Amino acid sequence: MTEQQWPLWEVFIRSKQGLDHKHAGSIHAADAAMAIENARDVYTRRMEGVSIWVVESKYIHASNPDEASSLYDPANDKIYRHPTFYDLPDELKHM
Amino acid sequence: MALAENELSFQEKVDQDIRIEPKDWMPDAYRKTLIRQISQHAHSEIVGMLPEANWITRAPSLKRKATLIAKVQDEAGHGLYLYSAAETMGISREEMVDQLLSGKAKYSSIFNYPTITWADMGAIGWLVDGAAIMNQVPLCRASYGPYARAMVRICKEESFHQRQGFEILLVLSKGSEAQRRMCQDAIDRWWWPSVMMFGPNDEASPHTAQSMRWKIKRFTNDELRQRFIDVCAEQVKLLGMRLPDDLLKWNEERQHYDFGPIDWEELRQVISGNGPCNKERLAARVQAHADGAWVREAAMAHAGKRAQRAAPDQYKVA
Repeated sequence: MTEQQWPLWEVFIRSKQGLDHKHAGSIHAADAAMAIENARDVYTRRMEGVSIWVVESKYIHASNPDEASSLYDPANDKIYRHPTFYDLPDELKHM
Repeated sequence: MALAENELSFQEKVDQDIRIEPKDWMPDAYRKTLIRQISQHAHSEIVGMLPEANWITRAPSLKRKATLIAKVQDEAGHGLYLYSAAETMGISREEMVDQLLSGKAKYSSIFNYPTITWADMGAIGWLVDGAAIMNQVPLCRASYGPYARAMVRICKEESFHQRQGFEILLVLSKGSEAQRRMCQDAIDRWWWPSVMMFGPNDEASPHTAQSMRWKIKRFTNDELRQRFIDVCAEQVKLLGMRLPDDLLKWNEERQHYDFGPIDWEELRQVISGNGPCNKERLAARVQAHADGAWVREAAMAHAGKRAQRAAPDQYKVA
């Protein structure tokens, strides 16, 4: 019988209070509690984190880079969403 | 998109230093080469724990022991960062571990040398980790995103490894006559294998050109080797020791050190399995993997039970 493998988990780490969690890498573990402990040992040996998220990799769904042009198309031609689109006199202050 | 078109836009991205990410299209050969390169590097970190683990129980002080444990733990971490990067290319951890344990995969030949004195811990940190850093720093800009990011983490931690090694040698170099002899002996034994860590000469390295085009290699073997020798030739003076190369001499014209011939036959022998410790290293890995089997199984069984206990009643298997 082949050995059952520990599933793969993606690890996200908040490096300090006030910042977002950021993807750090992945880890194998039997369950979520072990994934957090393994992530601590692998990704935060030098106080790189104050909070860890783990999620089983199979639950991550990603956009397809080949479809990037159509996916982001709706935002592509809306330059009026940027403040620099508006032509205002130089004398106008505090805006 | 047609294959040729895909290849073209891939190479354009690489040329512009736009990173390739896991789901992006990439040539099969790029994927294959990188899986091999990254997994070999990961295996090297894992096997690289063994020569130093040999001295954990015999470190000369509590400080040295704590340092050595931390260093070996870093190496485990580095192996895991790299396995994780390789897994994003579609190979499983299991497959990589199998390749290592079956002897199919290679790892750095330097770890097939024995660590016979405490001074070897110093020489490994200074020379072996020094050579590794020389190789690895340019890889922080490798074209494959997950690999480059893993290398950034590794390089940040590697500096401590090199510095603690040099400090070990520095202390020995100021010690008794016997300690000084031990220091020189370790340098004598580790110098040439470290110089060989950069791989064969450029003429004998057929894949270098393609790897450089793909930016998974940024400098040639000989360029990195020269840089390493230039740095070490100066550093060794601080130890009051010498590098075991009678032909080592500053060349004013080249602005580099000239050095003696490398014994490529030795490297060939060690790579093909005939180094002093090849069998011992692999056997230790196989044994560790086998000894850990019950732990892996028990953890899965425990996780299964806990999940079942936590599940709402209607999902419970009777």
